[in-house]
Amino acid sequence: MFEMLSNVFVENGLIVSFAVIGVTMYISYLISAKLTKGKFHGSAVAIIIGLFLAYIGGVSTGGEKGLSDIGIFAGIGIMGGGMLRDFAIVATAFGADFNEMKKAGLPGIISLFFGVIVSFVVGVSIAFAFGYTDAVSLTTIGAGAATYIVGPVTGSALGASSAVITLSIAAGLVKSILTMIGTPFIAKYIGLNNPRSAIVYGGLMGTTSGVAGGLAATDPKLVPYGAMTATFYTGLGCLLAPSVLFLITRAVFG
Amino acid sequence: MVIYGVTLLAICLLVGTFLGEVLGVIVGVDANVGGVGIAMLMLVLLVDYLKKNGKLTVKSQEGVAFWSAMYIPIVIAMAAKQNVVAAIDGGPVAILAGVAVVGVSWAMVPLLSKIGKDKTEDFEQEMIGGEANVRDAK
Repeated sequence: MFEMLSNVFVENGLIVSFAVIGVTMYISYLISAKLTKGKFHGSAVAIIIGLFLAYIGGVSTGGEKGLSDIGIFAGIGIMGGGMLRDFAIVATAFGADFNEMKKAGLPGIISLFFGVIVSFVVGVSIAFAFGYTDAVSLTTIGAGAATYIVGPVTGSALGASSAVITLSIAAGLVKSILTMIGTPFIAKYIGLNNPRSAIVYGGLMGTTSGVAGGLAATDPKLVPYGAMTATFYTGLGCLLAPSVLFLITRAVFG
Repeated sequence: MVIYGVTLLAICLLVGTFLGEVLGVIVGVDANVGGVGIAMLMLVLLVDYLKKNGKLTVKSQEGVAFWSAMYIPIVIAMAAKQNVVAAIDGGPVAILAGVAVVGVSWAMVPLLSKIGKDKTEDFEQEMIGGEANVRDAK
């Protein structure tokens, strides 16, 4: 009986994920309305529950893909994977205002460069404070503080040790998860309530998943603007970190 | 038809992703440079053009609107497949680096959006003044 049920779930993975996510959202919106009186947005609750489920999945299987490592929930991996995520992000641009995007073009580009450089400098400083002194390790961890893709790309280009590369991925993941959870809380203190600041936000934070999740929980109308700049961040990071930023780091730390 | 909207979306994403890859090769980076962003720009411009020419029916728009509405559920699924264990197991260096970066970046948001805002607001005010003057002249 259980095996039959489990087979149905495994064979219809993507459909299971629609059901599971729908139920999760229903519960989250209920929690949001009843326990927080709507102060804490339903999708923010849902994202936290999602991250919690990912933790449980990771602990119970030892895998890297959270809940989707558990056989019957494999469909979550498809639904939350890069392909559908990018498809849905592009679709959010459907309601976006091109004039707003054009107006924020310059601050968007400035924030992209600032975002990569500031994240890198902060990452390098923390790594240095913890006793890393060689330029390759410092650069790799600094790159990981940009996003969890820039870290390993930079690390393998410079020949960093696998322990340092893992560390850089972890730093990027912490950034991404904290951005997802924290954005709705911090939004009103940093004026994140209009397309222009959302574009700047995407450029400064850079983690596509973090910005996408965080803005969705803050105000879904802001998503296209933030996602827009965030998608350029990883590319820019992969360009700057192993080249210019590495040379500067090597010049400073020898 | 609904599928036309979905097709439009799919073509934008495919072209954007391809251009992002090409851009990556041009600048010599092993990553997609802004593919999704390019796709979004394409979609905004195409939808604008098609709407103006009455080529985008309500049904076709529904195809795009559906995927736009699926965005939040997909983001929640994305959260559920993150490697949260690795983030926590990364130890103090990873956690502190992540937290510090997010904190500093948050602090910079008001500064940078201010730069942009002041410029555009001045610009808008000038525009309004300009238009009013024209009207007065008439």
